[in-house]
Amino acid sequence: MADRFSVRHQPGFTAIAATCFVLLYFPIVVLVVYAFNAATSTSAWGGLSLKWFVSAWNNDAVIEASIRSLQIGAVAAVLSTAVATMAALATTRTPPYPGLTFKYAAINQPLMVPEIVTGVALLIFFSRIKIFTGYTGLGYLIAAHTAFCIPFAYLPIRARLETMDLTLERAAADLYATPWKTFRRVTLPLLWPAILAGLMLAFVISLDDVVITEFVKSGGQDTLPTYMLGQIRRGITPEINAISTVFLLLSVAIVTLFFFMSRKRE
Amino acid sequence: MSAAERLREHEKRDIRNRWLLSAPALLIILFAATGPLLIVLAYSFLTPGQYGDVEWKLSGEAWTSVFLERDIFDDTLSLADAHVTIFWRSVKLALMTTAATLILGFPTAYFIATRPENKRDLWLFLITIPFWTNLLIRTFAVLQIIRNEGIFNTVLIKLGIVDAPLQILFTDTAIMLGMVYVYLPLMVLPIYASMEKLDFRLLEAGYDLYATRFAVLRRIIFPLVKPGVIAGSILVFIPAIGSYVAPSVLGGGKNMMLANLIELQFGQGRNWPLGAALSIAVMVIVMIALLLYVRNAGTAETRHG
Amino acid sequence: MPEKPDRNAIEVRNVSKIFGSGDARFAALDRVSVNIRENEFFTLLGPSGCGKTTLLRLIAGFDFPTEGEILLYGDDIAPLPPFKRPVNTVFQSYALFPHMTVAENIGFGLEMLGKPKAEVEARVAQMLKLVRMEQLAGRRTSQISGGQQQRVALARALAPQPKVLLLDEPLSALDYKLRKDMQIELKTLQLETGITFIFVTHDQEEALTMSDRIAVMSAGKILQVGSPRDIYDRPAERFVADFIGESNFLPASVVSTAGNLATVRLASGAEIPASLPDGFAPKGNVSIVIRPEHAQLSRPEGAALAGTVENVVYLGTDTHFHLRLDSGEPFIVRRQNARGHTDRFAAGSQVGLLIPADSAQILKD
Repeated sequence: MADRFSVRHQPGFTAIAATCFVLLYFPIVVLVVYAFNAATSTSAWGGLSLKWFVSAWNNDAVIEASIRSLQIGAVAAVLSTAVATMAALATTRTPPYPGLTFKYAAINQPLMVPEIVTGVALLIFFSRIKIFTGYTGLGYLIAAHTAFCIPFAYLPIRARLETMDLTLERAAADLYATPWKTFRRVTLPLLWPAILAGLMLAFVISLDDVVITEFVKSGGQDTLPTYMLGQIRRGITPEINAISTVFLLLSVAIVTLFFFMSRKRE
Repeated sequence: MSAAERLREHEKRDIRNRWLLSAPALLIILFAATGPLLIVLAYSFLTPGQYGDVEWKLSGEAWTSVFLERDIFDDTLSLADAHVTIFWRSVKLALMTTAATLILGFPTAYFIATRPENKRDLWLFLITIPFWTNLLIRTFAVLQIIRNEGIFNTVLIKLGIVDAPLQILFTDTAIMLGMVYVYLPLMVLPIYASMEKLDFRLLEAGYDLYATRFAVLRRIIFPLVKPGVIAGSILVFIPAIGSYVAPSVLGGGKNMMLANLIELQFGQGRNWPLGAALSIAVMVIVMIALLLYVRNAGTAETRHG
Repeated sequence: MPEKPDRNAIEVRNVSKIFGSGDARFAALDRVSVNIRENEFFTLLGPSGCGKTTLLRLIAGFDFPTEGEILLYGDDIAPLPPFKRPVNTVFQSYALFPHMTVAENIGFGLEMLGKPKAEVEARVAQMLKLVRMEQLAGRRTSQISGGQQQRVALARALAPQPKVLLLDEPLSALDYKLRKDMQIELKTLQLETGITFIFVTHDQEEALTMSDRIAVMSAGKILQVGSPRDIYDRPAERFVADFIGESNFLPASVVSTAGNLATVRLASGAEIPASLPDGFAPKGNVSIVIRPEHAQLSRPEGAALAGTVENVVYLGTDTHFHLRLDSGEPFIVRRQNARGHTDRFAAGSQVGLLIPADSAQILKD
């Protein structure tokens, strides 16, 4: 057993890979551990404590920012997924037609532009509109988030549609189902897991956004990430660790859900 | 209606329906992503206003200010050292980050691809989790570790390797560490996608023909996964060059990258046209990178997925 | 078989379906015309790529002809989308809805037509009984066997009582025994329900077994339409003769013609009677076809043809004799093995062939 030649083995690769995995998780683990650190200073260990979680919970600014994040995330996720579903239906299962590649490029465009550029562009554009209409609500943030969430919702829906050939829809039409009924009774149920996946993806992406939100927001419109950015710039409080931990748990929960859902379907 | 007419009518209707379906997505993106880019271009040719925003007067000042500066006294143009440094730092760090993530990510992708089928999903899951964790949180986590009172220095001092904490934070190195940490999964996933399709029997053929392990890596594995490598490199380089969080949090505002310079123009700098011009400059760099990608990807599938 | 005096359920008039253009122009159907009578079991037979499935899709409404028209009981069917045509399809891949149970699948068409729940349930029960699947009503379609899926697909398509049922190679995925059983079931079903069946297959045996009439297709054209007997005994073209059953082709020259019969001279000099395809009156050189079981072995003297036995192949029920005629062509003779038959025609022996009247058929090409 000892010296069997393995075709797949490359020297050092496993070591590097292992190192990578450790390095990837190490900082996060440290962060989570320190969230429970009773000591104020982050270099000494003062025993386990939940006090930073409590103080974060009592921090109005934190709660307000969190709610705002969730609101924007929910609306942007639903909008972008609905719109992405329609776009996916329009761009799959068809022989190429004029404009198809354009649509493709356009839908994926937000992925190709660095966030700083989009942030600046929206800052300029929306400031013009603000002057014009006087509206300074959450609408701008929601619009911006919806836009960059679209390609993320689009991806899993498109992937799923590509595996569904048109035969089932034809069978439904053959059995007297109108196009709308076919969509509702055949296409949609089969597409639903992918739509949910897109929804979750879009939600996480929206929650996570820092740069675009930072540039587009007006004063007092902090989301959780922009609030944290502000705090970090001013100095480090362990409260940030606590907030980060909760945020982390949320993201991990959603991704795990997503992962198990896709595994179940296999 | 003749048969041929009916057929054409049907095809036209189908295409029209597809345009209608995709319209909302396209409109939203046009409004809140693509369209504004054109406005940025326009703004780069205007004059800065007194208190920010712009005056509607055409000017090429912004573009010259990108790399050059005017001497206050005699109006001569000379190289704007500060700007050039920032450009150089951004490109340099982005390239180095790409290289570092490649060196780390390639073996990792290989490792995952060589796990048994039923375990692979688990490894992918482990790589994906950090990816979906907030960028800011991850960068903050790195901050916590490398700062003077952080774990890294504390351990070094305890072990007696150094006497005083190493100043890692607020250096270029810190920024790079942060970017590598954050963008590593973006390199691993595309390379893995290519490797998954690799036919390992080709490796057997290589060994059968007297190749060494390194030769097999260089002459068989690497060329076959090149599309994944290129895709990963692009996926890392583009966000890296425009990176904002890493230099803000880990560079402390002193080691600025392009994103910070741009932000400055919309804050204290009060030079929106310059900010716009710099943004376009970043886009140009990105476009060049994308062009290189498309040319190299060549016959490979250019479809997203 | 007596002529059925019913109306035409489907009329296909000069239908073409063309894909691509210029160099890449491909005619899946080339000016095809055929009439399918009501209550008949009509088969479209041909190799893959011949256009039979394309024609079926045009009738179902999943595609539109480039030229020509299709009539259903005299009305142009073209303006109707598939969900308005009283035509149902049994797909080759069955296309059962994976997220619905067997019962829900079968009731789907009736549901879409807006039938009241009680009626749907009754009909579904009836269908389940018809295809003997009552036990499996509540199962998901992914949990049943291939043969069972096939029956569900059939029940689903029959439930809404369509005027015409289209079957796209529905038996091709089944194993041999199951296939044979289903062939009999389908035939019985058609006779009982009286629905017009249009059946697509590439299996000529299947076509001969089940059909009232067959249309043989190749490369987008219909070559011949007729009852199984007509097609088999009197193939009009070489392709048809070759595709169905086994054939022996021989060159001959026409001596005289009279109505449906002709006299032809073979290479050996002998003159034999041969049947003419309808409306064909050739002169000079032609090809004829003789089925292996129609020729009889005899002594070489006085026979229409003569040759040497190259190979004798014993197949249990039959024996095949592979001959090489004196004029050079190969010829196969098939003879049933009767009890106590001794063989006079061993390999190497010289034999003669008798061609009874009504065995030889002149081909159009």
